[in-house]
Amino acid sequence: MSDLAIRVENLGKQYRLGTSGTNYQTLRDALGEMFSGRREPSAESGKKFWALRNVSFEVQQGQVLGVIGRNGAGKSTLLKLLSRVTDPSEGAAEIRGRVGSLLEVGTGFHPELSGRENIFLNGAILGMKRAEIASKFDEIVQFAEVEQFIDTPVKRYSSGMYLRLAFAVAAHLEPEILVVDEVLAVGDAEFQRKCLGKMSDVAQQGRTVLFVSHNMSAVLRLTQETLVIDKGRLVMRAPTTEAVDFYLSQGFSQEGVREWREDEIPASAEPFRPLAVRVCNPAGAIADTVRSREPITLEIAYRLNAPVQGLRVGIYLMSTRGEYILTSFDTDDPEKFERYATRAPGEYVSRCVLPADFLNEGRYVIGVNASSFRVRRYFQDEQALTFNVDAAGAPGTQWPELRLGPVRPRLDWHIKVV
Amino acid sequence: MKAITPSANDVPVVHLRPPRGWFSLNLRDLWQYRELIYFLTWRDLKVRYKQTLLGALWAVLRPFMTMVVFSIFFGELGKVPSENLPYPVFAYTGLLPWELFATALTVASHSLVNNRHMITKIYFPRVILPMASILAGVVDFLIASVVLAGIMLYFGTPLAGPVWPVIFFLLLTLITALGVGLWLAALNVMYRDINYITPFLSQFWLLITPIAYGSSLVPESWRILYALNPMVGVVNGFRWALLGMESGAPGPMMWVSVLVSLLLLVSGLIFFRRMERQFADMV
Repeated sequence: MSDLAIRVENLGKQYRLGTSGTNYQTLRDALGEMFSGRREPSAESGKKFWALRNVSFEVQQGQVLGVIGRNGAGKSTLLKLLSRVTDPSEGAAEIRGRVGSLLEVGTGFHPELSGRENIFLNGAILGMKRAEIASKFDEIVQFAEVEQFIDTPVKRYSSGMYLRLAFAVAAHLEPEILVVDEVLAVGDAEFQRKCLGKMSDVAQQGRTVLFVSHNMSAVLRLTQETLVIDKGRLVMRAPTTEAVDFYLSQGFSQEGVREWREDEIPASAEPFRPLAVRVCNPAGAIADTVRSREPITLEIAYRLNAPVQGLRVGIYLMSTRGEYILTSFDTDDPEKFERYATRAPGEYVSRCVLPADFLNEGRYVIGVNASSFRVRRYFQDEQALTFNVDAAGAPGTQWPELRLGPVRPRLDWHIKVV
Repeated sequence: MKAITPSANDVPVVHLRPPRGWFSLNLRDLWQYRELIYFLTWRDLKVRYKQTLLGALWAVLRPFMTMVVFSIFFGELGKVPSENLPYPVFAYTGLLPWELFATALTVASHSLVNNRHMITKIYFPRVILPMASILAGVVDFLIASVVLAGIMLYFGTPLAGPVWPVIFFLLLTLITALGVGLWLAALNVMYRDINYITPFLSQFWLLITPIAYGSSLVPESWRILYALNPMVGVVNGFRWALLGMESGAPGPMMWVSVLVSLLLLVSGLIFFRRMERQFADMV
C-alpha cells in the first residue's frame, strides 16, 4: 500500500524509572558499578516499565486520526516516538513524509530575541529552510496578529501573543504529517477557534493529522476515527463517536478525586476530618472529565470524631477564573437540617447530583466548606479539586465554537412564523 | 491551492526501530539540517551580545588581561624565555587559540543540558548543539585577532611567518574543541559531575599547553609525549605561522598533535552518536 502515511508495528518503549524523577546518575555511581562489576539489582532492574507496548496501527494518507487517553496512558510517548525525539525499545514504524508537531509550540524561542528573529530560529528548529520561512513570513505574522511588535523582544509579549506567534510558526510548517497535542488547552477562545480552523484547513488539504486531546468535542468535530490508549496499550480503534463514548463511560480520565492527607488538615478543623471529594459520572465511576449532557455526581467523604451540632457540609463551584457559579450545602433543605441537627461521630458521605444539561464545557473548581452557621467554620478548602466538563452532545455543538457563560441548559425553543 | 501532496518519490520515508549496532554517523541528516547550525550559532551570538554590558569587549578583555598578568609574572619576574620575541606578543599569540578552545569546552559541555527543552520535544541531529555553540566562539576569536595586530604593531613585531596556515590551525583548534566537547556534552547528560570537571580540566590543560612558556622548554626526549596534547600543535602552529617562530614549524610534534586531535573528533562523534538515543530520556 503506497498511500499509507504511518505504519506502526508492535511499537514499544521501555523506560527506567529514576529514583527522584531525575534520570542522570552521578559519576560515582557509575564508577562504583564499574569496579564492583555488578549493578545494584534493586535500583536498576526492578524499576523498568513499558510506557507503550504492542501498539500497531496504520494511518492512511490524508486521514485525521484522534488519539485519546488519560494522562500517563502513553499518548505523549507515542508522539515522541513518531516525531523521532526518542527511539523505540521494540517494534518498528514507517513514516512517509515530514512530521511536524504542534507539541513543540515555541520550542527554541528565546526571550531576548525579537519576534522576527524567533520566527526564523523556531522555523529552522522545526526543519524549515530559510527561504521557506521568508516566503511565509508575512502570513505567519498576520496569523499571529503581532505586526506592531515584530521587532520587540518576545520577553515583552503577553502570554497570549507569545503563544499565538509560536503556534503561527508551527502551523505554517506544512508537513506531510501533522501531530497536534493539546495546544487547544491554552489561549483565549478566539485563538482556539483560529487553531481549530487552521487544523481543518490542513486536513482538507489532504495532509495526515494525528490529533491528541482531552477536549472530546474538538476530537469529535475534527476526526472521524480515534485511537483509545490506556496503560500503554491500544485498547480501541473505532469511529470517533464510539471511541469517545467508550472513553468517557470507562472513567478513563485521570484524578476526579481529592484525598486529604493528615498533614493537610489544620488542627482547628477538629472534630471534622475531611477524607475526600469526588466527581463521578452516571456509571458511578470517578472521573476527571464528565459530560455536560449527563448528570454529574459530587460527593464529600468525611469523619466526625465527636458529635457536631448544626453542621452543614457543602460545595462551592467556581470557574477556573475564580467566578462563583453556585454554593450548596447538604442541609439546605429545612427538613434535612432538622433531621441532622446533631450528627453523631462516624464516617459520612454527603452526595449531590448536578442535573444533566447544566454546565457548559470547560474546567471547574470545587471548593469544600464545613461549618455551623454563626458558630464555627470547621474546614474550608476553596480549591479542593478541578474537573472537566465536555460538551460532546450538548446543545449547539454542531457549531465549532466556544459558548460563553458557565451554564449550558437545553432550553425549549419555539420558532413561529409571525 | 498549492499542491500539498508531493509525488511519492519526494516523500522522505523514515523508519523507526530500536537502536542496533554501534553507530551510524548519519551525515545526510546533518547536511539536511545545516541551516540550523547557522541559526543556532547566530542565536548564541545575538543573545550573548544583547545581554552583556561590554559585549564584544569581553572577547578581548579576557585574553588581554591574562596576557598582562603572564607578562608581569612569567615574562618580567620569572624571566621565562620567549624565543626572542617580545613576551606579550608571544603570550597573546598563544592565548588567542587557547581562549577559543577553553570557551568552546565550557559552552559545548553545557550545550545539551541547556537546550533540554528542545531535545525532549523535537528531533534534529543533536550534534548541531555542541557544534553551533563552538562556532559562536569564532567571532570572539576574530575580534581578539584584531587586538593581536595592535599589540604586534606596538611592539614592532613583524608578521614573520607564512600567515595563511593560520586557517589550518584555527580548524585544528575547532576540531580538537569539538572532539573533547562532544565527549563532555554527552557525558554531562548522564553525569552532572561534568559541570565540576570542565573548569578543572581547562585549568589543567592550560598548564600543559605552551602558552606562558615555549615548548622548547620541554626536554627533547619528552617532546613527542608532550605533543600528545593537541593544543601543543595548535599553539606552536600559530606562533610559527604568525610570528615565524622556528621551533613551532610543522614536524613530528605537529603530526602527533594533528593525529590525536582527529582521534578525539572521531571517538567523540562515535560516543556522542551512541549516547544520542538516550538524550531525550535522560537529559
